[in-house]
Amino acid sequence: MRTIVVKPEYEAWRAAARHLLAQRVMPDEVLWSDDPQEASLFVGEDLLAKQPASEAIKVPSAFMDMAKSAAAHTDSKRWALLYRVLWRLTLGGERYLLSMATDRDVRQMQDWCKAVGRDIHKMHAFVRFRLVGVDAVTGREQFVAWFEPDHRIVRLAVPFFEKRFAGMDWSILTPYECAHWDGKRLHFTEGVACSSAPDEDALDDLWRTYYRNIFNPARVKISAMQSEMPKKYWKNLPEAPLIAGLIAESAERVQGMLAKEERPAKPAPKNAYLESLHRMNQDEAP
Amino acid sequence: MNITRKLEILADAAKYDASCASSGAARKDSRGSTGVGSTGGSGICHSYTPDGRCVSLLKVLMTNACLYDCHYCINRRSSNVIRARFTPDEVVQLTLDFYKRNYIEGLFLSSGIIRSADHTMELVIEVARKLREEHHFRGYIHLKTIPEASQALIAKAGRYADRISINVEMPTQQGLNTLAPEKNLARTEEAMGHIREKIDERYAEKRKPEAPKPPPFATGQSTQMLVGADASTDAVILGCANKLYTAHRLKRVYYSAFSPIPEPSVILPLKAPPLIREHRLYQADWLLRFYDFKVEEIASAAAPNLDLALDPKLAWALRNRETFPVDVNKAPREMLLRIPGLGVRNVERIVSARRYTRLRLADLIRLRLQMKKLLPFIITADHHPAKLGLDSDSLRARFLPPPEQLELNFDAPPAPVASDFLSVRSGEL
Repeated sequence: MRTIVVKPEYEAWRAAARHLLAQRVMPDEVLWSDDPQEASLFVGEDLLAKQPASEAIKVPSAFMDMAKSAAAHTDSKRWALLYRVLWRLTLGGERYLLSMATDRDVRQMQDWCKAVGRDIHKMHAFVRFRLVGVDAVTGREQFVAWFEPDHRIVRLAVPFFEKRFAGMDWSILTPYECAHWDGKRLHFTEGVACSSAPDEDALDDLWRTYYRNIFNPARVKISAMQSEMPKKYWKNLPEAPLIAGLIAESAERVQGMLAKEERPAKPAPKNAYLESLHRMNQDEAP
Repeated sequence: MNITRKLEILADAAKYDASCASSGAARKDSRGSTGVGSTGGSGICHSYTPDGRCVSLLKVLMTNACLYDCHYCINRRSSNVIRARFTPDEVVQLTLDFYKRNYIEGLFLSSGIIRSADHTMELVIEVARKLREEHHFRGYIHLKTIPEASQALIAKAGRYADRISINVEMPTQQGLNTLAPEKNLARTEEAMGHIREKIDERYAEKRKPEAPKPPPFATGQSTQMLVGADASTDAVILGCANKLYTAHRLKRVYYSAFSPIPEPSVILPLKAPPLIREHRLYQADWLLRFYDFKVEEIASAAAPNLDLALDPKLAWALRNRETFPVDVNKAPREMLLRIPGLGVRNVERIVSARRYTRLRLADLIRLRLQMKKLLPFIITADHHPAKLGLDSDSLRARFLPPPEQLELNFDAPPAPVASDFLSVRSGEL
C-alpha cells in the first residue's frame, strides 16, 4: 500500500495516475490524499517527465473529459475512484465501461460531473458584475464580481466569460481563486474575502424595477423558482431582496384585478392600416 | 417620463409572453471585438421570479400603445393602461447596461402595433440594427414580427435576430374572430412559411462547400398559444402545434395559461389561470417532439382533453395496457420511450448498458429511475410483474394524487409533478 498526495488539481492527479498505471499498480494498493496539511508530500511534477515513453496506454478521450470535470468536485474520494475507473478501462479490460451508466463507479463519476456542471452553469447565470471604473489609458470599462462556487470550477467556468465579455475588463473574485481579464489575457490569483468586492452597482435599482415588473402575481410557483435558484445564491443577487415582498402582495394584487370592473370594447379609431386589415379579414372570411 | 417609469410600464406590458428561451442560436462571441455578447449552446436563466419563470432576456415592448383590440391583452386599445414608449437608444442602452452586468443574455423586443405593421417593424428593427452594427453586440436577440409586415422587413429582422416569432395566440380563426378581431391565422401561417423558407435557404447555403459564408439569419422561429381564453380543446391546441412543427418547423410552441390582467375586458371575464392544464400541454408537446407520439394518441376526438390528474404518457399507458409489460433488455428503443417514468436520456443509458449486461432492478435503481411508477410496466432479468389485468379504475387509482391537490385556485400549490403521485400508491406490485 502506498500513499499518493496530490495538489487538488486534475493535472496533478493525471501525472500521478499515469505514473502508477505505467507501473501497473492496482487501485486498491493506493491511498490518495489532497490534504493541504500534507503539501510537503505533493507528488513532484517531474513525474510526468519520468513517464516511460514506450508504455503508451490508450484511454478513451471521453474519460479524460469526465475526469477533468469530476476532479473539480470537492469530494475527497474522487482521486481514488478516478484511478479505479482508469484502471478498469485500461488494464482491467473493461473498455466499454463508460457505456454502463448502471455501474456504481461510472454512476458516481457522472454524479460528480453533473454537480460540477451545474455549479459552472449557475456561476455563468448568477455572477453579477459591478462597474468600478474606466481605464484611463484604454477607455475600457472595468467590472468586478463576487461569486461563491461549491466546487473548484473557476478555471472551467471562465472561458465563457472571456468569450462573452471580451470588450470589457473584468475580475471575478471567489474565496479560493480569482480570474481577471484585460482584453488580451486571462490570469488567475489567490482567493480573497467577500469584502474585496463591491456589493452594489448604480444599475441594480433599474434591474430590480425590471424584475418586479416582469413577475406575474397570478401564477406564483415558489418551489419552481427555488429549485432553479436555491436560497444559497440569494445573498449575492441584487434582485433577491424583492422576492418575499412580491410573494406576500401577489394574492392581493390578483384580488384587485378580479374586483376590477370589466371594460367595454372601444370602437376602432380612424386609421388607414386598421381599415385595410379589417377589409382583408372580411375578404378572407369563408 | 423617466426611464424607470417607462421600464415599469413596458416590462409589465411584455410579461404575458411566455417565451424566454435563448438557446439554439448560431455560435458567435465577442472575442476580437470592442463589444460584448455571445450565443450558442444552451441558454442561461440569469434569474427566476416567484412565478417560477426564468429571466434570461430583457423582455420589453417598444411601446404598449396599440391599434389592435385583443381582449386577452393588457395593451389592447380598449384598455385603460398608462401608455409609454421607448426610444430606440433607450432600449439599446438598457440592453447593453444589463448585459454587461450579467443580469441577462439578450433582448426580446416586441411592440404594440402603432400606425401600421411596417412602421412598427421598422422601430423594432432599428433597435436590433443599432445593437449589432453600432455597438457590435453579439448577444441573443429575439424579435417579435408582425405577419402583415412586408417581407423585406421580416427578412431584415431575421438578419439581426437569432430568433423571430409570431404569436398565433389561438388555434382557430373562430377564436381569433371573437377575441382578437384584427388577427388572422392564415396570414400568420403564411408569414411563418416565408420565414421557414429563409431559414432553410441559409442552412442550404451553409452546407455548400467553398461557398462564401451566407449573411446571418435567425436560426429558428417560435410561437405562443393562449390556453383557456377560448373554448379550444387540448386536441385542437395540440393539433395546431403539431401542424406548426411539421409544416413550418417551429423550434418551440409555448402554451400560456390565460392569466388575469389588471384591465379585464367585458368580452373575456377573468378566471384563475389553468396552470395544470398548461403543464400537461407542455408534457404532451414533449411527447410529440421527442417521444414519437401522434396527437391522436394523446388527445383524440373521443377524449379531446388531457387528463389533469395524470401525465399524458402514463394516461396513454393505462389506456394501452395490453402493450405492457415491456422487457427493458429486449424492447426496441421506440418502445422503451413509451414506458411511463422513462425519459429520453435514461432510454439511451439503458440501450447502451444492455449491450454488455442483462439489466436487473438494482441497475435501474442506480439510474435513479422512478421505480414505483416503472414497476408495473417493465420486465427485467429479475422482475416480471403480473399482467396488467386489473380493472381500469383500480390501476388508475394507484397513480392518482390525493383529491385536494387537484383543486385549482389562486393559492394552489404548484402543479403536481409525476413523483408527487407516487407517494399515494398503495399495495405491492
